[in-house]
Amino acid sequence: MQRAAALVWRGCCPRTPGPWGRSQSSAAAEASAVLKVRPERSRRERILTLESMNPQVKAVEYAVRGPIVLKAGEIELELQRGIKKPFTEVIRANIGDAQAMGQQPITFLRQVMALCTYPNLLDSPSFPEDAKKRARRILQACGGNSLGSYSASQGVNCIREDVAAYITRRDGGVPADPDNIYLTTGASDGISTILKILVSGGGKSRTGVMIPIPQYPLYSAVISELDAIQVNYYLDEENCWALNVNELRRALQEAKDHCDPKVLCIINPGNPTGQVQSRKCIEDVIHFAWEEKLFLLADEVYQDNVYSPDCKFHSFKKVLYEMGPEYSSNVELASFHSTSKGYMGECGYRGGYMEVINLHPEIKGQLVKLLSVRLCPPVSGQAAMDIVVNPPVPGEESFEQFRREKESVLGNLAKKAKLTEDLFNQVPGIHCNPLQGAMYAFPQIFIPRKAVEAAQAHKMAPDMFYCMKLLEETGICVVPGSGFGQREGTYHFRMTILPPVEKLKTVLQKVKDFHIKFLEKYA
Amino acid sequence: MALRAGDRSQVAMNGLKEKVLTLDTMNPCVRRVEYAVRGPIVLRALELEQELRQGVKKPFTEVIRANIGDAQAMGQKPITFLRQVLALCVHPDLLNSPDFPEDAKRKAERILQACGGHSLGAYSVSSGIQLIREDVARYIERRDGGIPSDPNNIYLSTGASDAIVTVLKLLVAGEGPTRTGVLIPIPQYPLYSAALAELNAVQVDYYLDEERAWALDVAELRRALCQARGHCCPRALCIINPGNPTGQVQARECIEAVIRFAFEERLFLMADEVYQDNVYAEGSQFHSFKKVLTEMGPPYATQQELASFHSVSKGYMGECGFRGGYVEVVNMDPAVQQQMQKLMSVRLCPPVPGQVLLSMVVSPPAPSDPSFAQFQAERQVVLAELAAKAKLTEQVFNEAPGIRCNPVQGAMYSFPRVQLPPRAVQRAQELGLAPDMFFCMSLLEETGICVVPGSGFGQREGTYHFRMTILPPMEKLRPLLEKLSQFHAKFTREYS
Repeated sequence: MQRAAALVWRGCCPRTPGPWGRSQSSAAAEASAVLKVRPERSRRERILTLESMNPQVKAVEYAVRGPIVLKAGEIELELQRGIKKPFTEVIRANIGDAQAMGQQPITFLRQVMALCTYPNLLDSPSFPEDAKKRARRILQACGGNSLGSYSASQGVNCIREDVAAYITRRDGGVPADPDNIYLTTGASDGISTILKILVSGGGKSRTGVMIPIPQYPLYSAVISELDAIQVNYYLDEENCWALNVNELRRALQEAKDHCDPKVLCIINPGNPTGQVQSRKCIEDVIHFAWEEKLFLLADEVYQDNVYSPDCKFHSFKKVLYEMGPEYSSNVELASFHSTSKGYMGECGYRGGYMEVINLHPEIKGQLVKLLSVRLCPPVSGQAAMDIVVNPPVPGEESFEQFRREKESVLGNLAKKAKLTEDLFNQVPGIHCNPLQGAMYAFPQIFIPRKAVEAAQAHKMAPDMFYCMKLLEETGICVVPGSGFGQREGTYHFRMTILPPVEKLKTVLQKVKDFHIKFLEKYA
Repeated sequence: MALRAGDRSQVAMNGLKEKVLTLDTMNPCVRRVEYAVRGPIVLRALELEQELRQGVKKPFTEVIRANIGDAQAMGQKPITFLRQVLALCVHPDLLNSPDFPEDAKRKAERILQACGGHSLGAYSVSSGIQLIREDVARYIERRDGGIPSDPNNIYLSTGASDAIVTVLKLLVAGEGPTRTGVLIPIPQYPLYSAALAELNAVQVDYYLDEERAWALDVAELRRALCQARGHCCPRALCIINPGNPTGQVQARECIEAVIRFAFEERLFLMADEVYQDNVYAEGSQFHSFKKVLTEMGPPYATQQELASFHSVSKGYMGECGFRGGYVEVVNMDPAVQQQMQKLMSVRLCPPVPGQVLLSMVVSPPAPSDPSFAQFQAERQVVLAELAAKAKLTEQVFNEAPGIRCNPVQGAMYSFPRVQLPPRAVQRAQELGLAPDMFFCMSLLEETGICVVPGSGFGQREGTYHFRMTILPPMEKLRPLLEKLSQFHAKFTREYS
């Protein structure tokens, strides 16, 4: 546990205490205690040390790949070396990576990608015509007809057109302009770039960015790195993690004292919370942003992951447009999508796009300029995105198999979402809100006072303590709620629903058994 | 980039309310960023291409994009073996196909085994697939004559640019007179100035010596450093070798002198070595900073902090679009190394297809492998052509009066100096343009040839240059070079 505690401190040095009760630490001292530093004879001090490095980078945390995951990695190595454990494998339920957990890629997508990668295959009888047609179209739009050329910094033109067409279809005809589409290296890249452009001012006029609590910790990490001000608004756990405009108002008012709030981020469907916001809620948020002059960031990477039959994905773009010209001509909006989630699960390709609405033309120029320094997003990821937005349609040779595969993946995910929610709710001391969408459960766990004290003695957040114990005793790796944010005094963890059904059932059972034992131990 | 007059009135006519995000409210550091390689001249080139497509008559039939080091865009073919292995990884059904050689299949299987879910679609570890980090380490060891490389000091990245920015990010601290200063060569590859502007760090220029084939002079480093100490805290020294835009390949003595200087003056060394496979001139040889550092022995070998960068975009591969690269860090503080890993983890991982290509670049077919002959042949052809084009470029430019081109010892560019008559300089100033931008814009409008003005890379005051790639196809290159030279002569006459 000491080692686990030390791992928590390693690399973590928040400058200010978060609202989530995270303990502070002296990173430098702990880091050297943990590390195997070779003793050296009278070496002079390095130029780049924890003390001399960028303090904003030091403040960054990203729990999804944080200390608990490092510990999981160590345990895996130990298992490989034959060290005996109460389990035979580590289950990486910490990250939304479907293919890593056995989900199969969509055949058509990989066929088109292979054709683009090695165009000799265009002569092969083993590939369907519709795949070849799409590959040719993509290649013709690439420099030198090759994925190996840099594309325009905004992305390959015809792919942007395809994305615009997709959005228009998705939104029932609400038009999308290819000029407002920017392909990106995963959605994270786009989100980070927009936030970068938005951050300005100093002291009390430093840009404030409103983010949901619980949030996906890319937001807090980027805000830290950019030295912007994080403004938390709490989702309502009692109400299926609903977004309440009164809470937005409260957060905004409080923030105005010490920063200049300019940005409002929403994640819909939610991560880690899995709620799918109602249309009314989205309208209220848009109205609030319009009223308070906030730039809206809509993270919609889970738009294809909606499971609850009572829920529907409403894109911010569509709702904005349908609210009429006062809103649709004025509210500045950036919406994000990705190839990593949905039914595709193509995380490793780093494909994504953002659609920007009502951005000042000069800002769009600045945006392209900023993107141009990194030249372009990976062209293979752009190609993957193209297939996502331009899949086989009825009548095409590949349609049947595509439809089957897609439905199988999504049906499976929906089943696992329900299974997870139901099983967790059977455990005394665990309460799990409905998993309406996305890929995660974020159950609230009751942690007895004695365990809270034990955690504090180890200088750990109580849910980190819980998760570390869970990992050490069962091999199951989940991420503590403190990594996403939660109301003071509440504890959660985020677990993915991605392991195959049978394994998932085993995992859930093990978590249940562990939890009951944990409650008994610290009663 | 200013809005044109027409756009402004459009905005006014739309009666747009004042926006949240405007030039005045945006990040001022981002506003200062410039990246000439894809800057105003390229935007104009795009417009001209559009006009050509629409059938507008021009004095040329195509725009030649000689602005960017993108070999495949100019017709260079990808290396067959690399694409075969990648295709097998992308669509493993192909492992059953008789159309792929056995060695490609073995390599693909090996990589897939190392991927989550045996798929390129899974995120990798943030520092890159461990197997590939090991491959890179072995490549470095072979390249450096056996000097050990630790895979844990290797971090795969989204192109070299990504890793360069990450390392710079770590280095930037302090404020006012203690703000981090970073020494960069002039002329430089403008990623460096762009990143420093974005990070609000202090750019410290050291001039390469044009009279001596762009050699690096430690006395000049010293001059730059001393001057800088007045207003910032210089912490890092960047070298690009082989050079971009200048194409020089630094001598071993020079590299040793730089390392000694960095050690004496406590500077973190960043060695951008993405053109390490592009060395053409006889008598020139690539010496990696890592190798030289190690061979210099302690204290340099054991204490000088160094980060070296490589990429799949250049060399003989030209796989720019895949965004593959790596950084090797030497003598870095282990705690800082973890911070770097943490920073990388926020973006999850570099694109896996790029990682796969890198793996092939660092562990290509061996002589006993079935694919070796074709691989070698393709590689030789590409490199020989580049060498020939480098020589031709230097030769043709040096035949033109008023153009002087240093030897293109390596990389992919010529960076000739052009004489511009005073009246042209004056006209440029009237137009609010740098004189070489005026020259390059005029060149573009009249010939369709797009090159990047020297002002985008930096140059000594009063001198003018442009950077042109050597990448256009061989049969097009001589006519292009001559056209450009003729344009320069005409331009000179016009403004005399």
